[in-house]
Amino acid sequence: MTEDAVAVVEIKGLGLTFETADAPVHALSGIDLTIGKGDFVSFIGPSGCGKTTLMRVIADLETPTSGALTVNGMTPGEARRQRAYGYVFQAPALYPWRNVLRNVTLPLEIMGMAPEARRVRALKHLELVDLVGFEKKYPWQLSGGMQQRVSIARALSFEPELLLMDEPFGALDEITRDHLNEQLLRLWEKTKKTVVFVTHSIPEATYLSSRIVVMSPRPGRIIDIIDCNLPPDRGLDIRETPEFLAIAHRVREGLRAGHDE
Amino acid sequence: MSKRAMSNPGGGKTGPILLIVGVIILAWYAGAVYLNTPWQIEVFERAGQDWTASELVAETWSQKRPVLPSPHQVFADLYKSVFTYKITSKRSLLYHAGVTASSTLLGFLFGSLLGIVLAVGIVHNRTLDHSLLPWVITSQTIPILAIAPMIIVVLGAIGLKGLIPKAIISTYLCFFPVTIGMVKGLRSPDPLASDLMRTYSATRRQTFWKLRLPCSTPFLFTSLKIAAASSLVGAIVGELPTGAQAGIGARLLAGSYYGQTVQIWSALIMGSLMAALFVSLIAFTEKRVVGRMGLRR
Repeated sequence: MTEDAVAVVEIKGLGLTFETADAPVHALSGIDLTIGKGDFVSFIGPSGCGKTTLMRVIADLETPTSGALTVNGMTPGEARRQRAYGYVFQAPALYPWRNVLRNVTLPLEIMGMAPEARRVRALKHLELVDLVGFEKKYPWQLSGGMQQRVSIARALSFEPELLLMDEPFGALDEITRDHLNEQLLRLWEKTKKTVVFVTHSIPEATYLSSRIVVMSPRPGRIIDIIDCNLPPDRGLDIRETPEFLAIAHRVREGLRAGHDE
Repeated sequence: MSKRAMSNPGGGKTGPILLIVGVIILAWYAGAVYLNTPWQIEVFERAGQDWTASELVAETWSQKRPVLPSPHQVFADLYKSVFTYKITSKRSLLYHAGVTASSTLLGFLFGSLLGIVLAVGIVHNRTLDHSLLPWVITSQTIPILAIAPMIIVVLGAIGLKGLIPKAIISTYLCFFPVTIGMVKGLRSPDPLASDLMRTYSATRRQTFWKLRLPCSTPFLFTSLKIAAASSLVGAIVGELPTGAQAGIGARLLAGSYYGQTVQIWSALIMGSLMAALFVSLIAFTEKRVVGRMGLRR
């Protein structure tokens, strides 16, 4: 995937330090990373390694203190104002007073799309996440997995080329998570989006990604970038194969090395 | 299980409520005997009359100007002053209730609007947050009884008389809970919900209408219920300095001038009935609105 080499995200020497009351916290340091069009890149690392912060920097929700960063060749702020990306948070963050359909049309309303076009567009993406027939339900009437699928449909609804997903399945049970991983992979193949995915699950990262970025904490930095070239039509069974296990092993080694330092 | 309990909110409550009402009425009768006995004994002695305990009790429950009138006296007066006079008559309690209700409602309307506008300003403007909020809080430390006559006098001097000055006193009391509640409510969206708006690069106006305002709705209704009760108190207080022309406040004042304790109590009960009615109207609206918004609590 990286061969076409159109950079969607380009990061050079990026660092971020939070000034706190007692001591500065070095959240990110010396990050160099290029994410190409159509990549599925996972950030993996222990809690507090800055993977979510790195994602928030790409989304212009945090401002780096050093280094350079472009998204689609623009500053993150410009990219955000052009609605270059859809963001899926750790929690579904659905608005409880809106039903499923109106949650998905929320970004379209803000972007000024006409009501009928919004509806059509939202239904199309609800179909993509397999939630047809639930348009009138309110968030509290859905399971956690369904809520997170609604939030994915919402992020996809305005058809951004870049999808930022911050541990979207972290709070779900393993069975639901497996199922959604499979769905997400199919979705990625179908839509050809560029995906940046934060996780701390090694199997999840290995199964989904075209590239895995292994990070270590304090200060958060990249210690390994692993290309995975697993067949695109893979099912969950691939997790038993030697190729899969070899990649998972290398990720684990990287995490361990980062931990021992 | 909880669904069923919610669909029938009044179920099982009637018994305990009736019990409490019964206890209060018993205590009230006992209190009437206790408080009215000294005067009653004096009356008997002055008349040189012998008396038994049952005569004493019966008399303490039917004095003309008792210290504490008994419940049946109050309800008889309530019935008489509500049902036996024309509603336009100055002797009708409904006429006075209507006068108070109109300044209550107007004051509540002003106060809620003012409260909401102040809250929106405070939430959106750092300067207003720092400069306005302390004054809003200070305004409530001034006793309303002290400031009410001045409002009447000052507004009277510029030609405002009647309904408006009384409504303004009630505004003064009821904007406060609305401001405080709305500020909290408008700031209640969780960080993710706000981040989401930022990723859409939504304008402040869009964030307000699509996130902050819906988030604040439950807070608003809680505040409105408090404000409703306060606005009634404000309206009653506002009627006192005008020389007791009309309204529940006027009935209270006139009652205490002429020692008409029964009239005071029936006015009090009318006042609390109005407050209860007003608050439950808001609670009803809240239920409808929150239900329509799909919010379950």
